[in-house]
Amino acid sequence: MIIQLKNVNYTYNPGTPFEKKALDDINLEINEGDFIGLIGHTGSGKSTLVQHLNGLIKPTSGEIIIDGKSLSEKSTSMKEIRQKVGLVFQYPEHQLFEETIYKDIAFGPKNLNLSSEEVDNRVRNAMDLVGLDFETLKDRSPFELSGGQKRRVAIAGVVAMKPKVLVLDEPTAGLDPRGRDEILDEIRKLYEKENITIILVSHSMEDIARLVNRIFVMHKSKVAMTGSTREIFSNADQLESMGLGIPQITKFMRSFKSLGHNVKDDVLTIEEAKDEILNYLRGKKDA
Amino acid sequence: MLKDITIGQYFPGTSIIHKLDPRVKIGVVAMFIASLFFVTYFWPYLLILGFIATIIYVAKLPLKFIIKGLKPLMFIILITFAINLFLTKGEVLFELGPLSITKEGLRQSVFMALRLVFLITGTSLLTLTTSPIALTDGIERLLSPFKKIGLPAHELAMMMTIALRFIPTLLEETDKIMKAQMARGADFESGNILRRAKNLVPLLVPLFINAFRRADELATAMEARCYRGGEGRTRLNELKFRTRDFVVLGSMVIFFGLIISTRYLVIG
Amino acid sequence: MNEEIMIKIENVSYEYSSYIDESIQLAVKDLSLEVKRGEFLVVLGHNGSGKSTLAKMINGLLMPSSGDILVNGLNTKDEDKIWEIRSTAGMVFQNPDNQIVATIVEEDVAFGPENLGVPPLEIRKRVDEALETVEMTEYRNHAPHLLSGGQKQRVAIAGILAMEPDCIIFDEPTAMLDPVGRLEVMETIKKLNKEKGKTIILITHFMDEAVEADRVMVLNEGEAVMLDVPKEIFRHVEKLKELGLDVPQVTELIYEINKEGFSFREDVLSVEELVSIL
Repeated sequence: MIIQLKNVNYTYNPGTPFEKKALDDINLEINEGDFIGLIGHTGSGKSTLVQHLNGLIKPTSGEIIIDGKSLSEKSTSMKEIRQKVGLVFQYPEHQLFEETIYKDIAFGPKNLNLSSEEVDNRVRNAMDLVGLDFETLKDRSPFELSGGQKRRVAIAGVVAMKPKVLVLDEPTAGLDPRGRDEILDEIRKLYEKENITIILVSHSMEDIARLVNRIFVMHKSKVAMTGSTREIFSNADQLESMGLGIPQITKFMRSFKSLGHNVKDDVLTIEEAKDEILNYLRGKKDA
Repeated sequence: MLKDITIGQYFPGTSIIHKLDPRVKIGVVAMFIASLFFVTYFWPYLLILGFIATIIYVAKLPLKFIIKGLKPLMFIILITFAINLFLTKGEVLFELGPLSITKEGLRQSVFMALRLVFLITGTSLLTLTTSPIALTDGIERLLSPFKKIGLPAHELAMMMTIALRFIPTLLEETDKIMKAQMARGADFESGNILRRAKNLVPLLVPLFINAFRRADELATAMEARCYRGGEGRTRLNELKFRTRDFVVLGSMVIFFGLIISTRYLVIG
Repeated sequence: MNEEIMIKIENVSYEYSSYIDESIQLAVKDLSLEVKRGEFLVVLGHNGSGKSTLAKMINGLLMPSSGDILVNGLNTKDEDKIWEIRSTAGMVFQNPDNQIVATIVEEDVAFGPENLGVPPLEIRKRVDEALETVEMTEYRNHAPHLLSGGQKQRVAIAGILAMEPDCIIFDEPTAMLDPVGRLEVMETIKKLNKEKGKTIILITHFMDEAVEADRVMVLNEGEAVMLDVPKEIFRHVEKLKELGLDVPQVTELIYEINKEGFSFREDVLSVEELVSIL
């Protein structure tokens, strides 16, 4: 277990007319090697939760333990926590500031007081992991790039800190289909190559279904459901009552099955659906 | 949260004070401030206090807001008090080492401190009872005669409105950028002044770049809605003087005229 | 010009100089299109396909390097007529925040008519109607920064409606919104077209927004590579993917199944349709 949340509560502006309970008795366990999808309607507490994972926000009550260190202990170094848990905010390209791409990506490692040799390694490695060519881009200004590329520079900046856990808040927000596919591919490669635990916050059920192995569902500041991807998406009605959906392909298979046809309906991707339908059709042909 | 507090702390209400034309209120505050500099005796201050108390009562303003307005300037009030206390020449009452307190000094310090307190409170009354939009409209109308001599009254008002509109948005963005950089190990808290200034670069550069981008997009959106400067523009809520505005203005002119005239009286 | 055609785009190109090597690039290449009055047209394309540039040329924010654009018969190159063009072809942009100018919702909606010199009483009427159409009347005195993305976009739409345009151009209006916001905005757009008869040009890269359009134009590298009704466009799954676009999962499923030797109808766009044909 690498991250544990025990009875975590958080209230914004306590004692004022603007008081709002953002997290209500949250209990979660995240294991090393998990690829977790965090879903929930806007305002359900996802952003607040995510900012607790690297100590940017401290809970009003409850305990958070990251890699064995409790966040409420005075001796726990926040810098260390933030190296262990990397957080990529929405529209991360808005945080770029350096003159060159190299310097911007180096910002994180430099803050860790690494040797300039190690910083160089980190930058090269990070750029490679997000699919940016080191030689052509290292001296360019980050502001010359396209939106999707800028975003990759920003993600590289966090990856360069070699975190154990990487949290990405809607990494595909505002991107077109091609940009979205590219970023998601990079994330999947990162997971497979570097053995990083990943937490992905997203509104796209299709993206979640393709990538993650576990899902946490937030609803009105509470954790409403946790489970494997297939388990969660088999509860279409419950998800709908919380204002969430299921991937279109899953919806189709459920509809189809409900008409009496003999197919599996816990399908998550087009490939799986294709296999099921082809089996069904060929079965029909032979019948 | 910061974004819920607007500059000057507007306290919404439906009192007659709130409904007065902003130009009248600006004019009254101007007369108020001017009259303060004419008062030479203590007793007219009672009239001033009465004036302030009446406004607070009619507009139903909570006292704590008034006091809040004074807090940030407490330092200046104390300095004024101290300077007048120790540096006024006259009949010495006490001596504290090199510093001496005179009878005149005692009087001056209290008098000057009071003047400052009234000045600040009077201005607060304006911003508490007038929304930012009404204020900018009022200022624009008052300045428009000066357009003839080249003063860009409309453009100034437009800039003020847009600035007010974006303050909460920019504050939110600052918060977000700070958190994003802190997530990369940035430290905005420790170090001496020079170090902290340098550490602000990762916050200020993105903020500025985003602000420029916003400005560009906003300008395009404004052009798409046919904005072409102040010529020929009409307003949804046209400022118009009503009877109550004339009445209030007239009576305030008389009131402050009287206050000013107390300077020339022999009593007190 | 024929009354039925509201916007005529004739052989339009847009040049700019690349800031990498200063060579001349074309964002839009020799494009021609006629938009009918009351039509709901969607322009699809990946980022960089030229769709935003095209949108900004229609209401004269950008000038074509060659070719002409006529809006209700008025040429966008005509400096005297540009304000008339902009008030009849309104535009809603991608970033909800960077369109709102005032500190109160109804003041912002009034911004457009104020610029047009509309008398105050008439402005009042237009603002009230516009807010009602977008269902934001109860927020008329709210501060804009406290609204959700979808609500802000609806306020922006109201601001354009208050200018009483014949046509509204939407430049990726849902790109920065969450699913709820996207739904709110799409519902409003459909309402404007079906109930208010506004000509709508929707620029987007989300194909599910194109499903109910009258026609869809697909742009790539500044050229119109496809122009047809939605069903005809979406069956070309392979081509759309090459162009960096998406198709609904059900459409892709049918396409994959047909690759294995079946021949089902490929113009499927929804779950219901797919269920019925299998």
